[in-house]
Amino acid sequence: MTGYRQIKPFVFHIVVMGFGILMLYPVLWLVSSSLKPTTDIFTHQGLWPSQITMSHYADGWFGLRNIQFGRFFLNSLMLCLLAVIGTVLSSSMAAFSFARITFPLRNLFFALMLGTIMLPGHVTLIPQYILFHKIGWVDTYLPLIVPKFVGDAFFVFLIVQFIRGIPRELDESAKIDGCGWVTLYVRIIMPLSLPALMTAAIFTFMGTWDDFFGQLIYLSDIKKFTVPLGLRLFLDSSGSSNWGAVFAMSVLSIVPSLIIFFAGQRYFTQGIATTGLKG
Amino acid sequence: MQKYKTYAAGYLFLLPWLIGFFLLYLIPFVASFYLSFTNYDLLTAPKWAGLANFKTMFTDDYRLGGSIRVTFQYVFISLPLRLSFALGLAVLLNQGMRFLGLYRTIYYIPSLLGGSVAISVLWKQVFDKEGIFNQGLALLGINGPNWIADPRYAVYSLVGLSVWQFGAVMIIFLAGLKQIPHELYEAATVDGAGPVRKFARITMPLLTPVIFFNLTITLIQSFQTFTKAFIISGGTGGPINSTLLYSLYLYIKGFTFMEMGYASAMAWLLLVIVAAFTGLLFLSSRYWVYYSDGRD
Repeated sequence: MTGYRQIKPFVFHIVVMGFGILMLYPVLWLVSSSLKPTTDIFTHQGLWPSQITMSHYADGWFGLRNIQFGRFFLNSLMLCLLAVIGTVLSSSMAAFSFARITFPLRNLFFALMLGTIMLPGHVTLIPQYILFHKIGWVDTYLPLIVPKFVGDAFFVFLIVQFIRGIPRELDESAKIDGCGWVTLYVRIIMPLSLPALMTAAIFTFMGTWDDFFGQLIYLSDIKKFTVPLGLRLFLDSSGSSNWGAVFAMSVLSIVPSLIIFFAGQRYFTQGIATTGLKG
Repeated sequence: MQKYKTYAAGYLFLLPWLIGFFLLYLIPFVASFYLSFTNYDLLTAPKWAGLANFKTMFTDDYRLGGSIRVTFQYVFISLPLRLSFALGLAVLLNQGMRFLGLYRTIYYIPSLLGGSVAISVLWKQVFDKEGIFNQGLALLGINGPNWIADPRYAVYSLVGLSVWQFGAVMIIFLAGLKQIPHELYEAATVDGAGPVRKFARITMPLLTPVIFFNLTITLIQSFQTFTKAFIISGGTGGPINSTLLYSLYLYIKGFTFMEMGYASAMAWLLLVIVAAFTGLLFLSSRYWVYYSDGRD
């Protein structure tokens, strides 16, 4: 019996770890293939490269005529940064209003906001596109940035839930000290909501970084291309002729999400558990 | 007076969201309903077409029928698999073992990266005739088909990619499992219940609200899958429309053929389909979802 008790955790770790490695195997294979000489990628199948080369990274980075991959990274970073600022600012303002201020029609708007979470984006997609087309915003970043500045229902909901957990006595004493609503929002509620704001920021960054669909329909000038569009273009132009370079650029394109994830992991798991986001 | 100041403050903080709600949701929502009864190519004014778009959809568009079939296949095969893997691993990880954080991270990474173009590119290789998935099968003595190029199997490469990303669902299950009071298990042990009985009589019933939540969210998301189908099929939905998920076909109609009216009609059909399944879930929930706080 004691033998069984000692062996059980051991078996457990072997099973869970083994299955985990199996899950990660494709990603590990991607990284390893990007470092192998071209002739080895499909013939020499082991994970450990017999010979490490960085040439695919150079080939990929400079692989498109007239434009380098660095440009796509800068474009994506700029887009993500503005999206994060816009989403966190506007979502937290709406959340503060819903959670702390009483005003007519509040419950109706709150219900409508929850409704927009369930609504498939396709229904509003075409008229939104027509609107942006009419005002001349297609092939600019504006359709990808401006909508972030009106808030995201999911994050409004997340932050509302969080603010509801902050004691109301803080509001009362702040008001006695003569604080207005703006001061209350900036000085008290926002600093205390930091975990929720961080979650929203992390999810927004990663969601925008990977938002292939939106970028595909709105951007057509190659100079404005983002990382997902650049990668797809590169895949089409080099195709199966240069898998090593395609893999190398794929590896680079997932690095920012990984960095953000590991940096904000503490907030992250909390956030997914409360919202069930982005699966 | 003070009251009106408070109202004003409430609306001022809500203003960005309100503007967005009207301009980006409410008006487009109504407009898209109107457009679904028109022909519109973005260059000339929309022409009223009555029910013509819907008539074409139901009687004349064989690609749409195929697309709906493929989407249903994709959704209803990947959904149970994804949830079972997520639940199974969550229960396993919830045994109070060490390194929980590490394992949670490992299983979450596929979900983290899964929506990206890079992973779809990789997946095309994984499911190639000579790819690592078939190499794995070869170790078991199975001769795998050419998953991507064979129309009979192509949709399973999409299913595989979706199931691979069970990590996010698993984390929600883990959070749900943590909520279950430990005393219940202790009491059951005293009464002589084994692990299977404890799972069936304690874990499952108390987890039904979380299962319901995960089912709803995954269902709505799955119906809207786009990137993987686009990248794996090179934007065509091929071979022979076997990866033509609904969103991809809607994109092709709206943005390749510029049939904005038809694409709007398709969007409304999608809304009806998703609403119908979500509605069924909600209706069924009163028979199988158990709320321990006595809420009915």
